[in-house]
Amino acid sequence: MKAIYKRELKSYFDSMIGYVFIAFLVAITGIYFMVYNLNMGYPYFSYALNSILFIMLVAVPVLTMKCFAEEKKSRTDQLLLTAPVSLSQIVLGKYFAMVTVFAVPCAIYAVFPLIIESQGEAHIGIDYMAILAFFLLGCVYIAIGMFLSALTESQIIAAISTFGVLLVLYLWEGLVDFLPTSAMGGLMGILAILTVLVIGIYQMTKNWVIAAGVEVLGAAAAIGTYFAKSSLFDNLLPDLFGKFILTEPFTNIAFTHIVDISGMILYFSLIFLCVFLTVQTIQKRRWS
Amino acid sequence: MIQRNTFCREGKKLIEVKNLVKRYGSHLAVDHLNFTVESGQIYGFLGPNGAGKSTTMNIMTGYLGATEGEVLINGHNILEEPEAAKKSIGYLPEIPPLYLDMTVKEYLDFAAELKKVKKKDRKSEVDHVLKLVKLEEVEGRLIKNLSKGYKQRVGLAQAVLGFPEVIILDEPTVGLDPKQIIEIRELIKELSKNHTIILSSHILAEVQAVCDYVMIIAHGKLVASDTPENLERLLNGSETIELTAKAEETRVREILSKIEEIETVDYKEQQDGTTDIFIKTVDQKDIREKLFHTFAEEHCALLKLNLSRITLEDVFLKLTQEETGDPEQKKSGFHTGKFDSEPDTESDIEIPEEPSVSTNEEGGEDDESDL
Repeated sequence: MKAIYKRELKSYFDSMIGYVFIAFLVAITGIYFMVYNLNMGYPYFSYALNSILFIMLVAVPVLTMKCFAEEKKSRTDQLLLTAPVSLSQIVLGKYFAMVTVFAVPCAIYAVFPLIIESQGEAHIGIDYMAILAFFLLGCVYIAIGMFLSALTESQIIAAISTFGVLLVLYLWEGLVDFLPTSAMGGLMGILAILTVLVIGIYQMTKNWVIAAGVEVLGAAAAIGTYFAKSSLFDNLLPDLFGKFILTEPFTNIAFTHIVDISGMILYFSLIFLCVFLTVQTIQKRRWS
Repeated sequence: MIQRNTFCREGKKLIEVKNLVKRYGSHLAVDHLNFTVESGQIYGFLGPNGAGKSTTMNIMTGYLGATEGEVLINGHNILEEPEAAKKSIGYLPEIPPLYLDMTVKEYLDFAAELKKVKKKDRKSEVDHVLKLVKLEEVEGRLIKNLSKGYKQRVGLAQAVLGFPEVIILDEPTVGLDPKQIIEIRELIKELSKNHTIILSSHILAEVQAVCDYVMIIAHGKLVASDTPENLERLLNGSETIELTAKAEETRVREILSKIEEIETVDYKEQQDGTTDIFIKTVDQKDIREKLFHTFAEEHCALLKLNLSRITLEDVFLKLTQEETGDPEQKKSGFHTGKFDSEPDTESDIEIPEEPSVSTNEEGGEDDESDL
C-alpha cells in the first residue's frame, strides 16, 4: 500500500494536476475570503468556505478522473493486480494519495481564521470545525470520484460523470423540496424504490421467482401499512431523502455552529461504501 | 544475495493448471486446459493469435479469474492465497505495464517496493537488475522517451525484480527489430539459469531457438506438449524425399516401380514437362543414392534430389489446423479465426499490433531463422 501511495502522490506532483488542484482551490477561496471577511468584515471564515462548495464540483473530478481509468487504459493495472498486494490495499493507497493532495489546501485554510483574528474578533474553534467538516465532505466527494473512475476506461467520462453526480448531490437539498409530502405520494415513492430494488435483485440472482416474491410481499406490506395507519407515510419521502443532504453537516457548523455527529458518521459510511464499491468493481472486471 | 534463489531442484512442480476454463460470454477462450510446469526449464506457449495464450497467462498470474478450474503456484492457489502465489511469479504482459511519466530507476524502485523486496535489499536488487537487462545507461531517462526495445527491457526488468521462481513473458519479442529480438532471447537464456521461464509466441523460430519444452495451444486447448525435437518426431514417416525429374508422370512411375523400399509416392506433373515426386520410404531409409542410379540407368535427368525433414512449423500447422478443420484457414496459415473469435478485452491489446504481427508471421519468419 505504501508503494502505491507514494507513487500516486508523486505522480500528482509530477504531472501538475496536484499543483493546479491546490492552486485553484486556494485562489478561489482567497477571493471569497477577501470579499466576505476582509472587505465586509464578517468574522466567520466558514462563510467563505461554504461559498466554494460548488468549486469542489469542478476540482474533485480533475483530481479523481485518472486514478483508475488511466491505469486501465495504459494497462498498468496488470502490474498492480499481479503484484503480491491485495486489491483493497491498492484502492486505499490510491485513495489516501488523493486525500493527501486535498489535505494541502485544507491545511492552508487553517491560516485564514488566524488572519481574521489578527484583525479583531474571530471564532477559531468554529472555523476549524468547519474546515474539518469541509475536509471530510471533500473526502466523500473524492471517494465518489474514485468509484466512478474505476467504472470506465475514459478519463473524460470519469470526470463528467463525477461532476454530474456531485452536482445532483449539491442540488439535493433543493430537489428534496419537490418531493410529494402526502401519504399517497409517500406510498408511491416506497413502491417505486421497492421496484428498483427488485430489479437489482433480479439482475444479481437471475431468478424471477425470488424477485417477484420480494416485490409482491414488499408491496403488500407497504399497502397494508398504508391502510392501517396512513399517517406513517406523511412526509416520508422528504424525510428519507433529506437524510442524505451531504452538505448539511457542514452547513450546520458553518451557519448554526452545531456539530452534528450523525453527519460525520454519514460521511465516514459513504467513504467506506465507495471504497468498498471500487474494490468490488475491479474484482468483478476480472470475472466477466 | 543474488544467488539466493538459484536453482530450485529440477523436476519440482512449480505451476499446476487443472481443468482451466475461461468463457467470455458465449465464447470459450480457454477450454479445459491442463498442464504442469516444472522448475529449471524454458517453456514455450505456441499458438495462433486468439488461441488463448494471453488469457491463460493472465489467469495464471491472477489478473483474470477463471470460469472453472484452478491454478496452483508453488502449491498456493492463485485465488485463495493470491499474495503467496503472486510472490513466486514475475509477469511481463503483452503490453509492458509502464508508467510513462517515471524514470526507469523510479519505476523499478516502485516495482521492487510493490513486490515487497526488503528495504535494505532494494537498492542492490534494482542495481543488479539494471545491469542484467543492460539498462544502466538509460536509468535516469523518462520511460516515455525510450524506444520500444528499451521499454520491453524495462518491462522485463520489472518481471525479474524480487527474483521470483517463475517468470512469465507474453510475446516478449513482438514489435522489436531483429537485433533487439536476439538481445531479448539472449537475456531470456541468461535468466533461465536462475528462473523457470514461460514465454508465449506465435513465432516458431523463436520457440525453437529458446525453449526446452513446447506447448501448442489451439482454440483454448492443449494440442501437443513435448520437447521441440520430440514434436518433430511426432508425425510418423516425417522424412520425405523430394525429386524433380525431367519426364512425364507415366515414365516416372515406370522407373520408380523398380525400387521396393518405397512406401508411398505423390506425383505432381508440371507444365514444362517435368514431374515433382514426393517419396516416403519404408523405415525411413535413405534411398537417395539408389534413386540416382536408377534414374541414371534409365537416362532420365534428375533436376532435384532432396531429403526434407518435417519441421516444427509443419507440426504446428498440422496440429492447429486439425483442430479447426476449416479449409479456408489451412490456406491462410497461422491466421486461425483470429478476428471472429477474439474476446473484446483482448482485441483491445492485439488489434493495434496486428499489422506488425502478420508481417512477422509471413515474411519475418524466414528472416529470423536465418539470423
